[in-house]
Amino acid sequence: MDFTQLRAQFPTLEQTLEGYPLCYLDTAATSQKPKRVLDAMVQYYEKDNANVHRAAHQLSSRATSQYEAVRDTLTRFINAERREEIIFTHGTTEAINMVAYGLTAQIKKGDLILIDTAAHHANIVPWQQLAQRTGAIIKPIPLTEDCRLDETAYDALLRDKPAIVALSHVSNALGTLNPVHSLIARAKQAGALTLVDGAQAIAHLAVDVRSIDCDFYVFSAHKMYGPTGLGVLYGRYDILDTLAPLITGGEMIKTVSFEATEFNILPNRLEAGTPPIAEVIGLGEAIAFIDELPSVQTARQESELICYLQSQLEQLGDITLYGAHRDNIGAVAFNLAGEHHQDVGILLDQQGVAVRCGHHCAMPLMQSLQIKGCCRASVGVYTSKDDIDNFITALTSVKEMLL
Amino acid sequence: MSQTAQPATEVFLALKLDSSEIMLSFENANNWQERYRQIMLLGKTLPKLGEEFRVEQAQVRGCESNAWLYHTVIEGKHYFLADSDARIIKGLVALLLAACHGKSSEEIATFDIEGYFDQLGLTGQLSPSRTNGLFALAKAIKTAA
Repeated sequence: MDFTQLRAQFPTLEQTLEGYPLCYLDTAATSQKPKRVLDAMVQYYEKDNANVHRAAHQLSSRATSQYEAVRDTLTRFINAERREEIIFTHGTTEAINMVAYGLTAQIKKGDLILIDTAAHHANIVPWQQLAQRTGAIIKPIPLTEDCRLDETAYDALLRDKPAIVALSHVSNALGTLNPVHSLIARAKQAGALTLVDGAQAIAHLAVDVRSIDCDFYVFSAHKMYGPTGLGVLYGRYDILDTLAPLITGGEMIKTVSFEATEFNILPNRLEAGTPPIAEVIGLGEAIAFIDELPSVQTARQESELICYLQSQLEQLGDITLYGAHRDNIGAVAFNLAGEHHQDVGILLDQQGVAVRCGHHCAMPLMQSLQIKGCCRASVGVYTSKDDIDNFITALTSVKEMLL
Repeated sequence: MSQTAQPATEVFLALKLDSSEIMLSFENANNWQERYRQIMLLGKTLPKLGEEFRVEQAQVRGCESNAWLYHTVIEGKHYFLADSDARIIKGLVALLLAACHGKSSEEIATFDIEGYFDQLGLTGQLSPSRTNGLFALAKAIKTAA
């Protein structure tokens, strides 16, 4: 499949905005969806729509097998050991909340929780809430001058034997890549439970949770060419099994009486209520799409695109790049000299360019960079060199107008 | 708008904004570049608020940039002052203020803000789904008046 054929699979990309072709550089916020994902969801609603796990009839049986097949697909996709280690959630945010809530009884006053300074708020606030419930202490893992996780400071913090270490695999705001294998190995040696937020990594890198060796790995379907409203919580079975369920109700129980309720076993125990069935089926198709891409070639193309984007921005002049490295994944963060990121965003939008401008749900990171916010251009498998060139042309006009 | 410190009355009165004049200058704008240049020029007509007035109580919610709004009533007419740390936002705010500045409650209540933005060719900017704060600001003005 050549690039034109690949891009043609994404219907949203085929549009113009007031005469300008859409230049979608906001994949880190949400990716566009290939038609086959949409078709799979329509197919479910048109042919197989029924609730899962209540298979007294044929439709429910079909829906259940399709739903559970995606759990198997994911088990293989991230190389989990057991299918019960895959929990469907409503997104990365919910997945982290489930872990932070579920660990409440295991955390005591004075326990230390280390959090990546570059973390998304979703990987900060649930831990703060856990700390408030238990009296645990939150400490940020500082960044170096060039926005990498400060490994010396990290090792020093690990000497205090943290109970939990929460990292991002790839920073959502900057696209910087954490060396998670080594960071997790050191955290485990210090005796910590570990969680990796993989929301920005899963569409760009081959993720192997057994090789990373973390206790929890979380991500969202909608950032990997799948539908919104669905996330995945991977947990190492023995630890996942100790989580108290955040959401209780139907499906997650074994028996209920008004005296007592006995919870079901994994994975059902952590999937209360009717799950997002169509979305799970859509995610299965998104993974099939990713599986058909030539992975090495795709990764190389994306990496070349990011480096091209960085160098074009540098050449444009009057641009500050934040944490720009050759090995960044998916995103480049920048500001135009002295100009407000929102002004830049509004003028880019006039030219059909979609980027994110703001604090990127990473206010502590913005504080550490001493900025109010920045613009972020991010790419996906469908992003072309032409998109980058159009973006740079548009940004040149913005620069002419503002400077 | 319950802030205690307000800019001086003279500052409110010194601000001259004329929505019909603005409409005219926008009619002559041929493309988005010219429209947004006009917006930025207009933003410059709003006086810069001192640090003492750039406070949280005066902040317009729903805006990605910082924007502050002040309002006063002089002889039954409403007067406004606003500032933002983003230039285009400040200009868009000025456009909005031009429609209400020095007007009576009745004039403001009956003024068709959406129609006005449509005519300026800026329909999309006045939407609750935008993070420019204009929708919130328009609501705040209507409430204040």
